[in-house]
Amino acid sequence: MSDVTMSDLALGHRAQGMRAPALPVGSIGSQASGYFGVWWVIITEASLFIYLLFSYAYCTMQFPGPWPPSGPPELTLASMDTLILIASSIAVALGEHAIKQGQRARLTLGLAIGCVLGIVFVAIQLKEWASKGASLSSNLYYSLYFTTTGFHMAHVAVGVLILAALTLWSALGKFDSVRNSPVSIGALYWHFVDAVWIVLFTTYYIVPRLG
Amino acid sequence: MILPLTWGVLIISIIVITIISGLLLAAIFRRRRVEDSLLSRPSGGLTWVYAGVGISTLVLVATTVWTMKTLADTVLPPRETRLTIEVTGHQYWWEARYFSDKPGEIFTTANEIHIPAGEPVRFKLVGSDVIHSFWVPALGGKTDVIPGQNNITWLEADKPGIYRGQCTEYCGKQHAHMAFFVVAEPPEQFEQWRQKQIAPATPSPDLIQAVATFQTRCGVCHSVRGTPAGGKVGPDLTHIMSRGTIAAGTLPNTPGHLTGWIANPQGVKPGNLMPQIDMSGADLNAIRTFLQTLS
Amino acid sequence: MARHTQRAQTPAIVTANAELAERLHKLWEIEPGIKGFLGTVDHKEIGIRYIVTSFVFLLLGGVEALILRVQLAQPDLHVLSPETYNQLFTMHGVSMIFLYAMPVLTGFSNYLWPLLLGARDTALPRVNALSYWLYLFSGLFIYASFLFGAAPNDGWFNYVPYANHQYNPGPNIDFYSLGMIFLGISTTVSSANFVVTAMRTRAAGMSINRIPILVWGTLTSSVANLLVVPAVSLAFFLLWLDRNYGTKFFQPQSGGQPLLWQHLFWIFAHPWVYAIVLPAMGMVSDGLPIFCRRPLVGYTLVALSTMATMAIGFGVWTHHMFATGMSDLALSFFSGVSIIIAVPSAVTVFAWIATIWTGRPVFTTAFHYFAGMIALFVIGGVSGFMTGSVPVDWQLTDTYFVVAHLHYVLIGINVFPVVGAIYMWFPKVTGRLLDERIGRINFWTMFIGFNLAMFPMHISGLLGMPRRIYTYPDDVGWTAWNLITSVGAFIFAIGVLLLFHNIAVSLKRGKPAGANPWDGGTLEWAAPSPPPPYNFVVLPSVASRHPLWEDRLDDAPGRSLIDIGLALDKGRQMLGTTVIDAEPAVILQMPFDSYAPFTLAVGTAIIFIGMLYRSWPDIGIGVIVTGIALLLWLWPGRLREGSPEAANEPPFAEPGHV
Repeated sequence: MSDVTMSDLALGHRAQGMRAPALPVGSIGSQASGYFGVWWVIITEASLFIYLLFSYAYCTMQFPGPWPPSGPPELTLASMDTLILIASSIAVALGEHAIKQGQRARLTLGLAIGCVLGIVFVAIQLKEWASKGASLSSNLYYSLYFTTTGFHMAHVAVGVLILAALTLWSALGKFDSVRNSPVSIGALYWHFVDAVWIVLFTTYYIVPRLG
Repeated sequence: MILPLTWGVLIISIIVITIISGLLLAAIFRRRRVEDSLLSRPSGGLTWVYAGVGISTLVLVATTVWTMKTLADTVLPPRETRLTIEVTGHQYWWEARYFSDKPGEIFTTANEIHIPAGEPVRFKLVGSDVIHSFWVPALGGKTDVIPGQNNITWLEADKPGIYRGQCTEYCGKQHAHMAFFVVAEPPEQFEQWRQKQIAPATPSPDLIQAVATFQTRCGVCHSVRGTPAGGKVGPDLTHIMSRGTIAAGTLPNTPGHLTGWIANPQGVKPGNLMPQIDMSGADLNAIRTFLQTLS
Repeated sequence: MARHTQRAQTPAIVTANAELAERLHKLWEIEPGIKGFLGTVDHKEIGIRYIVTSFVFLLLGGVEALILRVQLAQPDLHVLSPETYNQLFTMHGVSMIFLYAMPVLTGFSNYLWPLLLGARDTALPRVNALSYWLYLFSGLFIYASFLFGAAPNDGWFNYVPYANHQYNPGPNIDFYSLGMIFLGISTTVSSANFVVTAMRTRAAGMSINRIPILVWGTLTSSVANLLVVPAVSLAFFLLWLDRNYGTKFFQPQSGGQPLLWQHLFWIFAHPWVYAIVLPAMGMVSDGLPIFCRRPLVGYTLVALSTMATMAIGFGVWTHHMFATGMSDLALSFFSGVSIIIAVPSAVTVFAWIATIWTGRPVFTTAFHYFAGMIALFVIGGVSGFMTGSVPVDWQLTDTYFVVAHLHYVLIGINVFPVVGAIYMWFPKVTGRLLDERIGRINFWTMFIGFNLAMFPMHISGLLGMPRRIYTYPDDVGWTAWNLITSVGAFIFAIGVLLLFHNIAVSLKRGKPAGANPWDGGTLEWAAPSPPPPYNFVVLPSVASRHPLWEDRLDDAPGRSLIDIGLALDKGRQMLGTTVIDAEPAVILQMPFDSYAPFTLAVGTAIIFIGMLYRSWPDIGIGVIVTGIALLLWLWPGRLREGSPEAANEPPFAEPGHV
């Protein structure tokens, strides 16, 4: 055993006897396999939104008439939505920061606020949809608009359920300063949903106004 | 210009296949010094990769340049085109509309497209239902016919002749039977054909009953200029007897086939849009008699 | 009450021994009965299920092809109605490209990766199980269309407007659209599992320059899939909306864009065709060296060219659209890239030839397949090169020339390597060797039948024969070539049947194989044949690409350790390593058998069936089932340290650990 050199192995073997270093067990912080996994989920879902925006851009370029056909969409409700999502991301981020310090109550509060704000977002957006006076079969523009914002809203809905579950688990004391990877994973997903909204908002609401 | 490129890439391909297969067989079967141990200290081999990839890259880059040059040279016709034909693809036939400066000389025909030989002709491709593709292998590459978008292409027949074309984008049940013929003729012959196509039909008075039967049975979908029949769903039949084939190149244009086609379109081309109409032998006869006067 | 959780363990390094093996066996074996059948997360079991299921679809697709070839053997035959023909040619493509070609490689990767990587399973075993059930159910969903006489009928690329409801009012395209979205979920989660596995659960010391090429191939495909599957899922979803809810995406009369379908579809489908060959090429790159008695020439170049092919492959999709009236600039660019993409393929082909040339070939059946595919690769490659040149493509596209090209690349670079891989790894999976004599006949029948069938298609294509026609006239000169193709197809089919015959015979009477019948160099040959549920008694650590050849090659500074290593027996445990250098980083707690993946797949199936019938109650039920399954799957478990029970009892799955 001692004749074998292990110079390029990472286990730190020594000539006399072999010892492995102490290793953390399981999903500590960013070591969780689920954390690696959710990054790839985000990458694939981001691709989905890129293709939705590609479809919008392609149709915009090819459309023979004025675009959007009824003029740029109203900003009020959508802007409120944007601020609400940003606020919810902040709440969740503060909660995540708190649990890394071991503060369970703040985590529960941050998650709950994020979840409630997410529900408010959905409510406002449904109101905005109703105010359009059109449906996804009205014309090509509305097909794109409702489908794209619809996909986003579905992601928000899933995010709300995730935050609700995390709030429940946090209240049940499942997380501490070391074991909290579901929070990081869920928070990352939520921030992603927020980021997507900002891009959608810019594309559908701001860009048509830029002349 | 496309032909040399086509031959070029084909020959390059055959040479590549020959060389690589040869190297492969040589690698497998070449004599080797027998080794005692199973694994000798492996040597080299990378030279192969560098040499092979290097040569391949040169050939590939050269082909790319040749391609781009050919593309630039052939995208536009070599000379000004004098004739523009608007071709509309339908499930499962081809409509051809000949433009002219004089509005009275614009006419529509179907499935047999005459062009003057020895000059480039411009084609405007219009989609009406699904995607088709307009292709005459002997005269040029194919261009898709896409609803909502007008594609432009050009063809030139160096010599007079009859050139077969076929729809080359899967378009439904009878995609297999959506052929057409491009008939290239010397300019004077083409002009004669064109003048004949412009003229409306002039059915003789003793065909009034047959014309009426045609109008009832067929006029909803088909047009015969010079009669009340003005349907636009199916091919224009004003000069149907001037065509060598019917049903988009599927059947020879003989009285027997014509009758058979009218009586049983779903048997000949199941799934095409010409309905199976139950009509009496007398009606069928009358219609065929009338059609046979439309030269 | 604060719960103390285990923060760290110092894992024991031991010599492999029988007592440890027995303990690990109890921990890792599949649970008996229905729990194990529905809930297993063992990558070997899942891998075999993938391979068997994909071969069932291969056979179905093959039968479809043979029927088509009977119809086309002579002009103007009436064996099939046009509609039946159209459904059969569509389902032939769908079955082969989606239900066989990717899943079979997923199956091989599933089975082999942990063994190649010196691990006990993949990183996300329940996700792995989920991906299989989703694949099975989505394949059944698509095939169920036949029961309604309404199989998809617009070709595997399903162009609009013919796929729109105005021209295709039946449920055919709804089956296809929903089925593909369904299948896409399977592909996505499976790809995520592979990527995380490649990043995290390699043996200590297996830095990225020591990974087998199969792993590079599947990894590359998986990353690509994660980026492009959403494009096709979106396309099918938009089509489903157009067909059922009156949206206008592909309705030209409302400004909709038929070409939008083509862009979205080909942005996915071109990388997909690389995804279904790169892992197979990896198997050739890993297998050929064994039968040439030397390591692969140019390992680094081959690994890089695998990734380069895929990266470039993202940028060529419109070469499927050269005839649609694109701008000259676009035509030039995509044509150039489509020609240049041959360069990384050339790297791999020359590396293989160099390996054979400088090695000493051993003429096993597997070697026949791995060497034979090189010839087919080159033929398929050059026909692709020809169609990459736009003016030439304007003649060749949508003709049988392309049909020839695609069969040479798909059968040549997927099927032949897969069969070779079966001959090579069958002993590892079953403990028995396949019969080599039958194997020779198997190879030559397939090789001759294949070339007889497919080569004449180049000619009929050059003579102007379009694709997807159910018959052709007798006066255009295509007749003889079609007859030869049809005959060849049947010979090829006999060849495929010989493979099954060999498998059936050898399962019962094959020669016992032992752990390393071919004297291979990589880690899977160190495990017994078949491997125990835990793969390795102690986790190996590696010092080179070929741990089992190190003594003879003598080109590595260190030595791999296989009989001495981490035991990791406190429950189902695996080693997590760093991404680049594979240094030990964490001990991963792995899940036990679970009903959650199966239930989640059932819930998903209910959702899609509900969508097919446009039944909101059904969709609702599916959502609830899916939601409950997910919640239970992800429910954080308990971890107790110090209690006597904890020492012996396997912990539940941890927070966030799937």
